Amino acid sequence: MDKFRMIFQFLQSNQESFMNGICGIMALASAQMYSAFDFNCPCLPRYNLAYGLGILLVPPFILFLLGFVLNNNISMLAEEWRRPQGQRGKDQAVLRYMFCSMAQRAMIAPAVWVSVTLLDGKCITCAFCTLVPVETLGNTSHPGLSQGEMKRVLARIPCKEIYNGQELIANEVAVRYLRCISQALGWCFVLLMTTLAFLVRSLRPCFTQAAFLKSRYWSHYIDIERKLFDETCAEHARSFAKVCIQQFFEGMSTDLAAARCHPPKKAPADAVEAAEKLLGITDQGTMNMALKSWHRCKPPLHLHPPALASGNGWAGEGQTPAHPPVPRRETAAYYSRV
Amino acid sequence: MDRFRMIFQYFQSNSESVMNGICGLLALASVKMYTCFDFSCPCLPWYNMAYGLGIMFVPPIALFLCGLILNRQSLVMLEEWRRPQGRRKKDLAVIRYMCSSIMQRAMVAPVVWIIVTLLDGKCLICAFSCSVDPEKFVGFANTSPVQVQQLLAKVPCKDDELMRNNTSRKAVSRYLRCWSQALGWSILLILIIAAFLARWLRPCFNQATLLQARHWSNYIDIEQKIFDETCCEHSRLFAHKCILHFFESMRQEIKLHSFSLPREGEGAEGEEDLLQGITDQEQVNKLLKMWYYEKPPLDVSQVTQR
Repeated sequence: MDKFRMIFQFLQSNQESFMNGICGIMALASAQMYSAFDFNCPCLPRYNLAYGLGILLVPPFILFLLGFVLNNNISMLAEEWRRPQGQRGKDQAVLRYMFCSMAQRAMIAPAVWVSVTLLDGKCITCAFCTLVPVETLGNTSHPGLSQGEMKRVLARIPCKEIYNGQELIANEVAVRYLRCISQALGWCFVLLMTTLAFLVRSLRPCFTQAAFLKSRYWSHYIDIERKLFDETCAEHARSFAKVCIQQFFEGMSTDLAAARCHPPKKAPADAVEAAEKLLGITDQGTMNMALKSWHRCKPPLHLHPPALASGNGWAGEGQTPAHPPVPRRETAAYYSRV
Repeated sequence: MDRFRMIFQYFQSNSESVMNGICGLLALASVKMYTCFDFSCPCLPWYNMAYGLGIMFVPPIALFLCGLILNRQSLVMLEEWRRPQGRRKKDLAVIRYMCSSIMQRAMVAPVVWIIVTLLDGKCLICAFSCSVDPEKFVGFANTSPVQVQQLLAKVPCKDDELMRNNTSRKAVSRYLRCWSQALGWSILLILIIAAFLARWLRPCFNQATLLQARHWSNYIDIEQKIFDETCCEHSRLFAHKCILHFFESMRQEIKLHSFSLPREGEGAEGEEDLLQGITDQEQVNKLLKMWYYEKPPLDVSQVTQR
């Protein structure tokens, strides 16, 4: 148990750092994805807005969902939410705490994407180039164009190679204007996010500290209980398998003893232990039969209580098991054929 | 207990280093952010000042808030400030000490941003190009006021067609950059002298109070960590007992319902203990189903009293 205790303490103390690490990696990944992404504004009146806003808003949504998917605790939250009440009441505050802490971590990568996009400026330039105030920034003496024609000209602002409205409004002036607006929005967004994070963190001790301590304890408890249960089941499965296999080999060696007409030789005292480990299988043919039998006809998932303590099979215990051993009969039949 | 002691000594000695490390990382991050940031002045009369001053002051506020958020001690201080008095008196000197140490660390990254901005010069050139006196510069001296504002606003944009080869633009730009760098270096010098004096003169005033405040602020921090660790240990033990109790109750139920007597006493192997009397596929399935449909109540008083 000491080993488990150390492992669980390590996991518990580092669960938070582990999740924070994943969170930071996703934030860096989102910044890297943005710089690797080849942004190509379509430079057409209605497509610009759709493309620009799409690049601004769709990847953050995907990153948010990915943040939930990569979080190990999501399955724990779902399990706790959906389990039948049974003998243990459900505490909504604990569920809310678990969900909030996961949502906060999942929000970081999308916020990084939106900030980097706004501070870079290409998305907003692409999306809103048709809304540039031509009256204030451009040449008012330019002969009037129809609305549609002007929109088509303005839509080409992000694509410098095909821009043909230099007399209407200079490309650099428009791009600088749009980028300034975009960066101002970006920094305001960053400030807003950090202010929200600060408020969330600092208002909690002022109002709900007792409830918070309770929710945190029980959410950790649910996590630890689940892990301990899995460990206990794994231990149990290991013991089950060990005993099942031991009983299989014992069954094989009993059948062998029954099939041979002469009693087995008495082994010298010091070789008894080695002989016991061999479980009565001492030649190639027998081993091959054992392996084939294991493959063709695995024993049932039912361990026999009297056989657990001693290695002597059924002799003298007098309790017939509820389920007769099926493989034993088959093995005996096999031997009789031989 | 030895292991706990080692862990807590580690925490105590490294709490300050962890905070200093975070502070340094944030300062480096602010420099990196500034170099990565693509500064583009709008070169329009009113927008210039808003943009320039915005870039100089908004990121430092965000960095300051980040510095407060990332510092664990700020939570500890807030909790200590807001807790009900109960049976433990509150010492305001300790809270003040913690507050001042948190603020000092959080101010490093914003100050680094402002100084880097001033030493680079682009922000001030952008913000104050329209406020320069045009009479001092040959190229702008004899133009109408409206036009001079437009021209001055375009000074930060080197590639603008009007400003490409304008020598007066370079003169204005150099003038503003000189002011900006002078301001930057002065602020840096004043801050360093202030920090030096504060550290050097501190032992002359209230050293005893300072030692007390530092001791108790460390104590509060460590107490919080130990409480969290103890809660974790307790919840692990609670879970362990709860699960054992659950397996035990399953074993009792199996004993009641099956007719085969379990083997007691002599020669019980370790494996039998681990199997807890559950030796059948159906029994295992039933156990797993019970675990899901009816988790045991959070009450291990029977187990501990046995």
